[in-house]
Amino acid sequence: MDAEEHKLRLSQDPEWADVTPIPQDDGPNPVVPIAYKPDFIETMGYFRAVYKANEFSPRALQLTHQAILLNPGNYTVWHFRRLILDALGIDLNEELNFMSGISESNPKNYQIWHHRRWIAEKLGTDAASKELEFTRRMLSLDAKNYHAWSHRQWVLQALGGWENELDYCHQLLEKDVFNNSAWNQRYFVVTRSPLLGGLEATRESEVKYTIETILGNPGNESPWRYLRGLYKNDPKSWISDPQVSSVCLKVLSAEANHVFALSTLLDLLSHGFQANQEFRDAVDSLRPSNSDPADSDLAKTICSILRHVDPMRVNYWTWRKSKLPSTVSV
Amino acid sequence: MGELVVDKHVKYILSVEKRKDSFESVVLEHLRMNGAYWGLATLDLLGKLDALDSNEVIEWIMKCQHESGGFAGNIGHDPHMLYTLSAVQVLALFDKLNVLDADKVANYISGLQNEDGSFSGDEWGEVDSRFSYLAICCLSILHRLDKINMEKAVNYIASCKNVDGGFGCTPGGESHAGQIFCCVGALAITGSLHHVDKDLLGWWLCERQVKSGGLNGRPEKLPDVCYSWWVLSSLIMIDRVHWINKDKLVKFILNCQDTENGGISDRPEDAVDVYHTYFGVAGLSLLEYPGLKAIDPAHALPVDVVNRIFFQK
Repeated sequence: MDAEEHKLRLSQDPEWADVTPIPQDDGPNPVVPIAYKPDFIETMGYFRAVYKANEFSPRALQLTHQAILLNPGNYTVWHFRRLILDALGIDLNEELNFMSGISESNPKNYQIWHHRRWIAEKLGTDAASKELEFTRRMLSLDAKNYHAWSHRQWVLQALGGWENELDYCHQLLEKDVFNNSAWNQRYFVVTRSPLLGGLEATRESEVKYTIETILGNPGNESPWRYLRGLYKNDPKSWISDPQVSSVCLKVLSAEANHVFALSTLLDLLSHGFQANQEFRDAVDSLRPSNSDPADSDLAKTICSILRHVDPMRVNYWTWRKSKLPSTVSV
Repeated sequence: MGELVVDKHVKYILSVEKRKDSFESVVLEHLRMNGAYWGLATLDLLGKLDALDSNEVIEWIMKCQHESGGFAGNIGHDPHMLYTLSAVQVLALFDKLNVLDADKVANYISGLQNEDGSFSGDEWGEVDSRFSYLAICCLSILHRLDKINMEKAVNYIASCKNVDGGFGCTPGGESHAGQIFCCVGALAITGSLHHVDKDLLGWWLCERQVKSGGLNGRPEKLPDVCYSWWVLSSLIMIDRVHWINKDKLVKFILNCQDTENGGISDRPEDAVDVYHTYFGVAGLSLLEYPGLKAIDPAHALPVDVVNRIFFQK
């Protein structure tokens, strides 16, 4: 918006002649003093006047629009806008359209997302598909936008629309397999969708998918954590499922980032997994030539290797080593 | 890299008003209370709080209080939990909590607790585990934790825990270092850290340190000075801070300084702001950087201030 043009509009507009703007009071000698622009000062002056007068009118609604464009983070303006929308009985579908443009230029603004939720809540289940489509568009601009994900989870739980959510996660991971937000959403779907039957019902196919993904990028933290999550509250199955230990073995035998394979194997051993000679050989081949001699305790050897290959977290791996029970030794 | 340019940072904070018409100034207008907290807490950590006239600050803060007891981000705005905690924290910095009607503020906060134990940020009802922290920290400072249903509040926070050990904004929300700080902080204040899987969360948090030495807030995201606070304070509260490489993190933060004009940015070479200046200095304080006051990781106030609140009354 052109500041000069705008400046002329309000103070010289006969429609606003009956309103006396109220200036901002920053208090005496402000701590973090702020230098405001003229158009900002004028718009906010008129805003404070209509706000104080509780004027729920079309011109006040229009004024909140201008104030939002100047500063979409001002939640008092949003709040007042909702009061006006309620009072005037405005069609909220139109309000959603108004929101879309503003959201795309302010994707991380709390007030905008909250306003959107307020509207969707009022519109009810009819809004579900529109909201899912909207968040999809926002996530196509930034696939890790925390607000968009939060809104999407709320829509699914409050308004429904779970049918294609697993597919959607799949698409996002196809695009970027390192997208932790998409992995989180995937977990959200398999644990909470009323259509899929929960973790146990989905485990088999999910484990298969996750393992394929890990083998594609063994240094990707997210699927390793996801794999562990698939066995939530069921460590026995986690330890005994040969798919889990074998993905570790495959990664250890390949030219790759071995940190997560080693740490997963370490976790398995700490929970009672019995490793055979194949595992020992694979781990042994990763020992740096200048490291300590191989320990008869496989878990200790793994910690020594991790200390070496992940020096940033050397204290963590040292601690893991110190916590190993002596019984792990086979 | 060099050292922390203390005098420059003090000067920067005191002279924010000199940069006219910046985008930041408009955007900050409604959250000036947060700005005041970031700026003043930084000054206190640097040992320079007396560079300001506390009476003027306090007068302004009290003008931001509403009938409801809550505080707004600026005069004439609506109250919100975000600004209520900042206002109480700033009053605590100046040892002026006595100007408050503590029950009134506490009633505002307890009125925002929902049936499931969660908290809304304001009367409009946005729910987020951040607000649980704001409520609990604020009530703790005011000695009014008995005003809320603590058991439900703690259970709600625990329900935001994920399988990676972290916490999200609502149950099922992605783990994020900022949310983790809020949840762990609230659990620490209420003596409920048994809900945290410390070893698992500690590993997730120390995985946030990237090659440059900086910390990110989620996997595969860029490092940012603000996470020096969110991640470090969480690690300290669960006794796992030695799992990260402190020297590299100190270097990363110092590299984000504007050594000419003061202030700290999110990443090296970016523009500075008050927010990152606070988190950089607070992070260095947690890393025991020489010459800085110690900061309490749960209440986000200097330790001497926290001691004054809890041990002198």
